[in-house]
Formats: sequence, C-alpha cells, structure tokens
Amino acid sequence: MNLIFGKLTLEQIPYNEPIIMGAVGGAALLVLAVVAVITWYGRWHWLWSEYLTSVDHKKIGIMYILLGLVMLLRGFADAIMMRIQQAMALSPNPGYLPPHHYDQIFSAHGVIMIFFVAMPLVVGLMNIAVPLQIGARDVAFPFLNSLSFWLTFSGAILVNASLIFGEFAKTGWAAYPPLSELSFSPDVGVDYYIWSLQISGIGTLLTGVNFLTTILRMRAPGMKMMRMPIFTWTAFCTNVLIVAAFPILTVTLALLGLDRYAGMHFFTNDGGGEQMMYVNLFWAWGHPEVYILVLPAFGVFSEVVATFSGKPLFGYKSMVWATIAITFFSFVVWLHHFFTMGAGANVNAFFGIATMIIAVPTGVKMFNWLFTMFRGRVRFSVPMLWTIGFMITFTIGGMTGVLLAMPGADFVLHNSLFLVAHFHNTIIGGVVFGMFAGLNYWFPKATGIRLSEPLGRASFWCWLVGFYVAFMPLYVLGFMGMTRRLNHYDNPDWQPWLVLAGFGVAIIALGILFSILQIAWSIWKRDELRDLSGDPWDGRTLEWATSSPPPIYNFAETPRVTEIDAWANMKADGGGMFVRSTPYYDIHLPKNTAAGLLIGLFSIGLGFGLVWHIWWMVGLSALAMLAALLHRLFQDEIAFIIPAAEVKDMEMQRLEGAGRS
Amino acid sequence: MSYLKHRPGKSVASVFRRFTPGKSRLARLRSASVVLGFALLLAGCRFVVLDPSGPIAAKEKQLILISTALMLLVVLPVIILTLIFAFWYRASNTRANAMPTWAHSNAIEVVVWTVPLLIVITLGWLAWTTTHALDPYRPLEGNGTPTLEIDVVALDWKWLFVYPGENIATVNEVAFPVDTPVRFQITSDTVMNSFFIPGLAGQIYAMAGMRTELSLIANKPGTFGGLSANYSGAGFSGMRFKALAMSPGDFDAWTRKVAASGRPLDTAAFDDLAKDKSNSPVVYYAPGNPGLLQGLINKYRHAPPPAHAGH
Amino acid sequence: MTILDLPEAHSVHAPQHPSAAADDAELTEKTVFGFWLYLMSDVVLFATLFAVFAVVGRSYAGGPTGQELFDLPYVLVETAVLLASSVAFGFVTLAAQDDRRQATLLWMAVTFAIGAVFIVMEVYEFHHLIEEGAGPSRSAFLSAYFTLVGTHGLHVASGLLWMIVTGFQLARDGLTATVHRRLGLLGLFWHFLDVIWIVVFTEVYLIGVL
Repeated sequence: MNLIFGKLTLEQIPYNEPIIMGAVGGAALLVLAVVAVITWYGRWHWLWSEYLTSVDHKKIGIMYILLGLVMLLRGFADAIMMRIQQAMALSPNPGYLPPHHYDQIFSAHGVIMIFFVAMPLVVGLMNIAVPLQIGARDVAFPFLNSLSFWLTFSGAILVNASLIFGEFAKTGWAAYPPLSELSFSPDVGVDYYIWSLQISGIGTLLTGVNFLTTILRMRAPGMKMMRMPIFTWTAFCTNVLIVAAFPILTVTLALLGLDRYAGMHFFTNDGGGEQMMYVNLFWAWGHPEVYILVLPAFGVFSEVVATFSGKPLFGYKSMVWATIAITFFSFVVWLHHFFTMGAGANVNAFFGIATMIIAVPTGVKMFNWLFTMFRGRVRFSVPMLWTIGFMITFTIGGMTGVLLAMPGADFVLHNSLFLVAHFHNTIIGGVVFGMFAGLNYWFPKATGIRLSEPLGRASFWCWLVGFYVAFMPLYVLGFMGMTRRLNHYDNPDWQPWLVLAGFGVAIIALGILFSILQIAWSIWKRDELRDLSGDPWDGRTLEWATSSPPPIYNFAETPRVTEIDAWANMKADGGGMFVRSTPYYDIHLPKNTAAGLLIGLFSIGLGFGLVWHIWWMVGLSALAMLAALLHRLFQDEIAFIIPAAEVKDMEMQRLEGAGRS
Repeated sequence: MSYLKHRPGKSVASVFRRFTPGKSRLARLRSASVVLGFALLLAGCRFVVLDPSGPIAAKEKQLILISTALMLLVVLPVIILTLIFAFWYRASNTRANAMPTWAHSNAIEVVVWTVPLLIVITLGWLAWTTTHALDPYRPLEGNGTPTLEIDVVALDWKWLFVYPGENIATVNEVAFPVDTPVRFQITSDTVMNSFFIPGLAGQIYAMAGMRTELSLIANKPGTFGGLSANYSGAGFSGMRFKALAMSPGDFDAWTRKVAASGRPLDTAAFDDLAKDKSNSPVVYYAPGNPGLLQGLINKYRHAPPPAHAGH
Repeated sequence: MTILDLPEAHSVHAPQHPSAAADDAELTEKTVFGFWLYLMSDVVLFATLFAVFAVVGRSYAGGPTGQELFDLPYVLVETAVLLASSVAFGFVTLAAQDDRRQATLLWMAVTFAIGAVFIVMEVYEFHHLIEEGAGPSRSAFLSAYFTLVGTHGLHVASGLLWMIVTGFQLARDGLTATVHRRLGLLGLFWHFLDVIWIVVFTEVYLIGVL
C-alpha cells in the first residue's frame, strides 16, 4: 500500500471536522456549478482556445486576476475564522477552533494572501498593462508567460488540496525551523507549504525574467527608460527584485526540504544546523518580497492620480529615483525582522537605520502624489477613491513601520498584534487598495466593460471603514501586550477590542461582497457599460491608445514615443487615437499552446506525490512535464501570421465600432 | 524624567536634548508625547507596554512616544493636505486654479526630499543611541547590589528557571528582588521561543544550542505577566509564567520556600519535564542543577559553543 | 471620437516588414538577453548556497572534516575534465558558426562524453563518501557540501540532457536558426557552469583542505 499511496491513508482525510468538510463541500459545489454553467452554454471550446491555452498577455493577465480574487475568498475565510476564534476565546472559553486547526488557519491565511492573492493580482495587472504601456505586441516569451501562470495555479491547487488531504503547515507563514523540521512537524503540512511555494515560485521567477526582457528590449521606438510610464517603471523594479530575491527563497525551501526528506542538518537543532540561517535567508527574500508587492501598487497610484487629476505626474524623475532607491534598500534591511535574535547593538542599529532610510523615498512619493492633485482637476472615480484612501492609510502604516524599525521599540512590539496591525496596514492600505484601484482602472481596457461606479464606491467605503475598525484595535492590543497567533487568552481587557476587530472584518466582508457584485453586475449590464472609446478615463499612457479590449496584436502599427505620457501628448497634438496605419503589414503572433497548461497540471501531481511520498506519481509527473516541454521545444510552427489584408479588416471594424460612440 | 542606571548609557531624553538646539522644541515634543500617551491611556485599559515598572521598559516607552511625535510632524501634514488638495481641486470647483501642465517645481522637490530626510536623520540618530543604550546584553547597575543570575530554558510549552547561585529551579514562576539588576541567560531545549516580560523589559529569542541574554531591573514590587512572544506550536498560547518582583526580604523567604519544598532537578526530572509536551503549573526544584544551561547548549553544539548567537 | 481619416499624424513609420530572418534575429536577441537574466538568477541561487556553505562549512558536529575527506588530486582531475568539456564546446560553437553540421555533431558528442565523465566521477565521489559514513545527514557541513556540489552536478546533468535534445534536433533539422539559437544558449550555460565550478573548487575543496 505504501508503494501506491505513500503516506496517504484514509485517516488523513478529516471527515470528522464539520468546518473543513463544509468548506470542501462548498468549494466542490462551486466548481461543479462553474462546470455546469460552462457546459450549459457550450463554452468549453471557447474557454480552451481563448483562455486556457492562450499565450496572449491580456488573457493571461485576466486569468491571474481571477485566480487572485478566488484565492482572496479562501484567504479571507481564514481571516474571519481567526477573528471569531479570538473574539470568543477568553478563558475559560476555548473558542471553537482547537490549536491544531487554528494554527493551520493562520499559516494558510498568510501563505495564501501573499503568494496566491497579492502575487497573482500584481502579476496579473503587470500582464495586462505593461506590454500595452510600452507599445509592445506581447511579452518577450509568451509561452513562458503561460507556463508561469499555470505553475502559480498549480501551487494554489496544492495549498487547497491540503484542506481535504491531510493538513496544512502549523508553523506560521514563515515556517521557521526547528518548528518546521520533521522532528517537531512530522505531518505533511510543511511539505505542502514547501512544494506549493516552490512550484509557484518557479513560475514567479520565470515571470521576472520575462518581464525584464520585455521592458528592456521591447519598448516602442523613442520610449527611453526615462519616458516609461511609472507603472512600467515600478514593474521593472519589481521584476529586478523577483529575479534577485526568488532564487533565495527557492534555495531556502529546498534546504528545509532536504532536512525533512533527506535527514540533512541545515536548520536542525542538532548536527550543527543553524536555525537562524533559515530566518536570515527567509527574510533576505521576504523583505524584497514586500516591495515586489507594493511597488506595482505605487505604480498604479501614480497612473491613477495623474489621470484623474488631469495632469502629468508631479516630479516624474524623483518618482523614478525614489523607486530605484527603494529597490536597492529593500535588500539591506532584512534583519529588522528579527532584532530580538541577539545580534549586537551595532548590527541592530545599522539595520534599523537602513530601514528608516526607506521612509525617505516613500515620503517623497507621497508628496509627489499630493502635488499631482495640487492645481489639478480631481475626478473622484473609483480608482481615485482607492488612491486617496491609500494615501491616508498607508501614511499611518509607514509611521508604525518606522517605529518598529527602531530596535529599542521593536523589543516590546515585535511579535505583537501591533506588528500584525502594521503589516496589514501596509499590505491592505498599500497593496490591496492598489490592486483594487488598478482593477477598476484597467478593467475596461482588459474587457471593454467599465465597472459599475456605485457598487465600486460601496466596496471602497466598506473596505476603508472595515480596515480601520478591524486593525486599529490590533494596534491598541499590541500596546496591551497581546502577542500574535494566540489561540486563547486570559486577559479580559483584550476581549472588547477583539470583538471590535471582528466587526471590522465583517465590514470588510461587505466590501468584498460589493466587489464581486460590482464585477458580476457590470458583466451582466455589459451593453450599457461598454467602453467603445478605448480611453474611458482620458488616460495619459499608451494602453489607452488602442481599443478596449485591444485587438490580439495590441497595435497594428507600433507607436512612436517622443515624451513622457505619450498618449496624452498625441491627443494634445490633435493626432493619435485611431490613426489608420498606412500601409498595413502582416503581423506575426505566437500560436496558442497547451504545453504550459499541461506542465502546470502535471506539476500538481509532482507536488502531491512529493508531499505524500508517492514516488511513482513523482516520477510519472516529472516525465510527463519533461515530455510536454520537449513536445513544445520540437514544435516547428509556433507562430501564425495575420495577413495585412486581414489586419486592415480588423482595424476598420474596430475603428467603426469606436466611431459609433 | 529618567532614573536610568546604565553605566555608560545615556537616557533617551538626554540624548535628545543634546541634539535639539533649543529647549522649546523639546518641550513641544514632550507635550505632544504626553498628549498621545494620555489619549491612549484614556481608553481605560491597562497598556502594559506603556505602563512600565522598570527602567528598560520605561525607556522603551519613551522611545515609542518620542519617535511617534517626530513622525507625526510629517504624517499629519500629509494626511491633512491629501484631504485639502483632493477637496479643493475637485473637478467641480470652478474657483480652484487648475494648471493642467504644471508638474515640476524645484522648490517643492527640495522640500519633499529634505523634510523626510531630516526627520529620518533625527530618528536614525535616536535609533543608534537608544539601540546601544537598550541593548539587552548591556549589564545594568542597581543600588550597588550584585547582579542576580537566572538561567532560562524554554521547553514545550513552559519556562524553566534555574538559579545557579541559589541552587534552586522553578517552572513558570520567576522571582527577583526589586532594584536589583537581574541577568537572564536564555536557551531552548525545543523550538524557538521569545522570552518576554512586557512590563519590565523587551524580549529576546530563546534558541536551542545558543545562549541569549537579557538584563532588567524592577523598580517596584508586583506580579508581572511573562510569556513566549514567538509562536512555538500547539501549546504556545498557554506558555505563560509569573514574574514576581519582591523586597529583598521576601525574596530570601521565597528562595527558602523553593529550597524546602522542591525535589531535585536531576536528569530524570528534567527529561520528564521536557518530554511532557504541555503547559505546566508552577513547580519547584531543589537542588537546581546549575550546569543545566551550558549542558543543554553543549548537547546541541557537541563542542563548546561560541560566545552567543549573532555576535 | 472619430479620427478615422486623419492622415498619418506624427507617427513615423519604423520599417515593420516582418520577414522570417528579421523575426529570427529579434527572437535570438531577446532569447539570449532573457537567458542572461536567467543565468543571473542562477548566480543568486549559487551565491545563496555558497553563503550557506560559508556559514555551516565548519559545523562538523563531531564528524569528519573536509581535510579528512577530500582527495584534492581527484578533484583536480574532475576540474580538468569539466574544463576540457568546456573547451570541446568551444569547438561546437566554431563548427556551428561555419555551418558544419557533422563537425558540430561530432564535437557535441565529445563534449557530452567528457561532461558525462565528470558526472560519473562526482557520483563516484559521493558514493565513496556515503560508504565511509560521511553522507549528507552526518553533519551540517556535509549537508551543505552535498547540496552545493550536487546542485552544480544537477545543472551539469541537465546540460547533458539539453545536449541530447539539441543534438537530436540538429540531426533531424540541420543547423536551423532555432538550433543555432539553442546551441548558443547551451554554450552560455555550459561555460557558466565552469565558472561556478571554479568557485566551488576554491571555496569547498581548496579552502576546506588547506
């Protein structure tokens, strides 16, 4: 039996846990419903050819965002469960979640929110916007892009598989050894953690290589680096960070895996292992990761604030240099995650000060957004609301961050709910708000449908108010000495604040509900909300110079760029929008391929087999992945041509469509 | 304001005073921190982190308040200006002076780089000095009383305290006289934990095979909650202990009580304790196995360990 | 907004006639650039492993030390073998540049054979160490040693696999643009692994024995 099923036995399936079984049942019903709808409308072929096998960056971007939003629901369900548990669990009430379940929930919450919500949303927006902003036809390596997505998808599936087969890590999202070593965590939870992050991490690394090549090699003629839209700049810096930081995570997880699978001694208590080496390595990746997430959000805000103030971004150059400075400094601050390790005062002070220095370029950015509104004509569309909400909220998060960077203060605030409040303040107030701003901003570009404004505003206000109600109490609790990850507590003073935080989460839940409604309603009412102009916000950058959604080739003729805000300049010069290309040329595009999808799906088998020590499955999956890759490498005809005449037809049709508006 | 007993250290306030040219600004800052402190205290709950009972915790509190006040100098204007600009330059406001191409001003650039830079320089300087002053490894000086040594071992999921001098040991209860410097030497016989008595001092990790140190002084008698601040597995939430600060007389009585009522902390007793993966009531041991800490470190290191982690 | 019939506006035509040759050139340029970026990420990967070895490279946990284990002359031969395979690949590149298909294939076979010798020598060394009770689970030092050297070995092995695939493609299709491009990347990869090995040799063996 061990040969066939490895460590997997029927007892590993938690039949007796009503909460887990309910979640699994709900998820299964949802999947069945989606399958039924697709079958009913006969859209399988469409789905296969338009999305699943697509190598078009716009389609891949949409799939990334869909993945991020679905996983947001999972991660948020975890958040609700934690808040309810802590609101209840004042001794002698143990709450409704025993430690072995609660500990999995907070670990899964962190992993899912960072790796399978924030990352897919960030990469999704980069996919949709970057090639269009630089006037490119696609990313540099479209097949790799598809592969990246499916590897990320595979990681997400593995995390969710842990819900029904076995369990997830009970170690916290950073999985510090020795707790994550085999001797203290003999179950498969940490193995799910390792392999889901490893597989999706490789996808992310490929994304980094892909987008750097795209941005450095495929910009429209005339678009010098210092003329790139700010979002593209932030995407560039993010991808530099990905290429430089993700290999560290790959190694770190591999070493933890070798400890667990091969009995090695990298991070064990005995045998000469160094647990703090893991902590150093983890954060040498982990701190850049914070900026990998937030820089693109900064980019979104820069685009939004300029567009909706009707002005160029104030201080473009300082914005660029501030971004570059943050990119650099993000690599020299990792030790601030563990001042309490017992390093000397000199070391702590150095890393504390390096951390504070990041506040300077971040402050400059804040002022630049501020002075972009100054003397502008500010339109309060939904993306702009998110931006203003961000500017206020993130400033507070930045302040508490600098406070934590002060080693003397960190000694009492580290590992407390103050810390939890701080990083949610920056991740929700920065990354999540940024992603919602970007989603509302580029949704019309990606789909040709504008999102409903009233529902968008409702979502924004619920998120904003909910955030403050949920997380300000956690700051207070930090000062009251409450540490993070507590399953129960005996201090009655804490309970009212935890109950209040629970209400905050309920308000955020409404915000998420409104977001879902907003998207569903807008798709339902798509005929009324259609964006025919291609430029619904009076945008400034090149993505608005083509129709919504753009034709598969983005631009029939590569635009030429002479200044920053290329599209705003074209409009100001009276030219621009739908200039007809003369003459039309053939366009070469890559064909769809199922190779990325197949490699991704087989990698689920690989990961699952590794988690459960089902070695035949590991071997077969690896062979299948290799076969799919080789098949792809031996394909001769990977491109197709749209002949000039057909391009002309498509363009005329597109222009007439716009002409009706 | 400061009753610090650090030998070479300086108090936060004195450090700050030297930096600030005039006293009026300092006074303003102080009052700002007082207001902030009040606002927090008014909530009517016990803010253990902001209600210190020892000089280290007191300095840490001061540091939090002063840094916060400094940062508010730039944070508040940003928040207020955001609201004002957004409101005044709204598209429907015909009285606002819109300049749709204005996007650069050297004067503003200079200000927006300089102001955060100055504040960060100030904070950085504060960080440098306080990090040294508040280094948990720095020995403290009491009223001439000798330092009390206590070894701490993190176990699943309880704290073992060994008094090498008094030759006693306890679980989940640690006592020391007031106004006496206490030096904890800390290790772990299990996963990483973080040793933390919020009312008295900061925290420091407890790690197997390594020794960390923490010094503190209690200024008033009392019972303080102690805990592990670093998640360490299923029993983590219950991994709490009581820290008793008492008069020297009471402390002597306490040690006698432990010595009289405890059983020996021999290898078997320790193994029982370490293997019993649960939270634990208070237990007393005597004699207390003074070599335990070093023995545990050697167990994981095989060879004599280096000074301690990190250094 | 209809600007259907505006003349060219200010857009200037960059020559956009797509031709197979131009497409291939552009693809090659992008691919080589992307591959360099990948190699940079591999540098970070190895740098991390070097750092790990630097941290625990002396944590013998009572077990054997590098001085006791390593046979420097053997490793020197290993090094010479790897460098020789790199030289052989240089001839692959030259032959491919001259469009000499048979010669290219021949030199690839030579490179492969020498590379395989390296792998065999490494496997033998590992086997020998494990036999002696100095396996990767003996101490942190040995964990780091096996992982670092093994990761390099895995790279060499995947290079060999790549060589088989590209050799097959070359035999089937001749020296097409695709084959040229892949040979170019493989060459970069192969020489890169030499550079990594030099650092491995220095940090692990030389410093370990001296």
